[in-house]
Amino acid sequence: MNNIAKDLQAIYRERVLEHSRNPHNFGPLAAPDREALGFNPLCGDKLTVYLNLQDDVISGVTFEGIGCAISIASASMMTDALCGQSLTEADALINAVERMFTENAPIDNERLSEVMALEGVRSFPSRIKCATLAWTALAAALRGPATQVTTE
Amino acid sequence: MVSNATLSTPQDVFDVERIRADFPILHQEIQGCRLAYLDNAASSQQPMAVIDAVSQYYQHDHANVHRGVHTLSHRATDAYEAAREKIRAYINAASTSEIVYTRGTTEAINLVAASLGQDVRAGDEILISHMEHHSNIVPWQLLCERTGATLRVAPINEQGELLTDEMIALMNKRTRIVALTHVSNALGTINPVELIIKAAHDHDIPVLIDGAQAMSHSIIDVQKLGCEFYAFSGHKMFGPTGIGVLYGREDWLERLPPWQGGGEMILSVSFDDTVYNRLPYKFEAGTPNIAGAIGLGAAIDYLQTIGMHNIATYESGLLEYLTDQLASVPDVRLIGTAEHKAGVQSFVIEGIHPHDLGTVLDHKGVAIRTGHHCAMPVMEFFGVPGTARASLAFYNNREDVDQLIDGISVATKMFA
Repeated sequence: MNNIAKDLQAIYRERVLEHSRNPHNFGPLAAPDREALGFNPLCGDKLTVYLNLQDDVISGVTFEGIGCAISIASASMMTDALCGQSLTEADALINAVERMFTENAPIDNERLSEVMALEGVRSFPSRIKCATLAWTALAAALRGPATQVTTE
Repeated sequence: MVSNATLSTPQDVFDVERIRADFPILHQEIQGCRLAYLDNAASSQQPMAVIDAVSQYYQHDHANVHRGVHTLSHRATDAYEAAREKIRAYINAASTSEIVYTRGTTEAINLVAASLGQDVRAGDEILISHMEHHSNIVPWQLLCERTGATLRVAPINEQGELLTDEMIALMNKRTRIVALTHVSNALGTINPVELIIKAAHDHDIPVLIDGAQAMSHSIIDVQKLGCEFYAFSGHKMFGPTGIGVLYGREDWLERLPPWQGGGEMILSVSFDDTVYNRLPYKFEAGTPNIAGAIGLGAAIDYLQTIGMHNIATYESGLLEYLTDQLASVPDVRLIGTAEHKAGVQSFVIEGIHPHDLGTVLDHKGVAIRTGHHCAMPVMEFFGVPGTARASLAFYNNREDVDQLIDGISVATKMFA
């Protein structure tokens, strides 16, 4: 790889590219209990997050839609991290990711070790909303049924 | 009308390197690479002549216009009005009364949409096209909401060309105005505005042309065009931001009510009766962007020394090179392939999101626009969330295009 591509590795790490090429849990749930559409008006990207809840636990989470490598990878990592989590745990994870991107807060939650691959995005202010799009939608889905949120 | 005539003696030979020397911002490194600025449709850069004119004004001549009896106010007023005369002559308006300063194209269109409200009733129609910028859609939607009028939209084809017959067929006795872009910002399409204006006039419908993207590529003669309104922005024609122009035919500007109230736009004010100022000041409430107007005048002087014919000829060659180079990249889909185009080429690459491409290109020093280009209906028509768009000015060269193509190959390797 040449020097330019090396610089770009900070944002497009191999784990990020792998998730974007082959996103995990991509597609709708058959009978979601909750869903929310996340919309980034800056680029027109739209991701829908689907949830199944069993008691207070996220028993299933998937997403679908159109997005850049960053937003797709972040959504893919999010579904891996959130599945099987209680609502309280999910809130803590969402909060930690938001603080990671907006306040440069360190991540000390093992469930988010994969998401750490996105930390390079913090050096690209115009791309942070790409990374948070799916998480914003997830937070909205947890708040209530069928909503739409934007990153603005 | 786009004319080949030049207004003053142009340079005999178009020397792009000599021209680039006039634009200081171009001579810098971005991420360790030479800057290839290909985002001119979003905002063009300013030559030193414009930067100097604005700087000189602030250093020596600044005061408020049309108010003081002191020397600086006279100088500021003279420079501000001299710029208005330059603009009038440049677009061949009949009178400086027809040159209204605005913040830009957006404000110019909003002015017309607001002031036209008195003529619009429930059941009336406003006619636009599918390729309009949001600034030539939303002001009309607001007008429709206020009045109960209906927005009608003329379709485009897969090449990104206006279907003129269908637009003309949508004109009827309820149509209150036709608003059409001269050059599409997202697609580069040059619309046959003369044809549409003539057809609209056959139906006694006034026409507003959004000239934001046309002014940097061609000479505009508003009297030959015959449109009632022509709107454009300074910063898309090598002038400062925050200044633009609404050309309005005098009889129309006389008839329309003011849209903003304040100082400057009045002759006398009492609590019982206020008398509006004459044109164009009736539409210029508040202290204007004096430096911006002077900068725009300097930009017009600069364009005339180069010659719009020379600019158009050079750009058309460079656009052909850009389009050919892009078309030769595997998996590139060109968006906007009209027969008549100005220096814009939108495209998407299979498997690479425009924003990822934009980030990679920035690391190669290449500035392009990625996203919906404030033309979401155009994106929807082509079935894409956004595109990458390279847009040219006469200071771009083949090296800029080659740098773009190199950057794209870095991106395709990364995301393949």
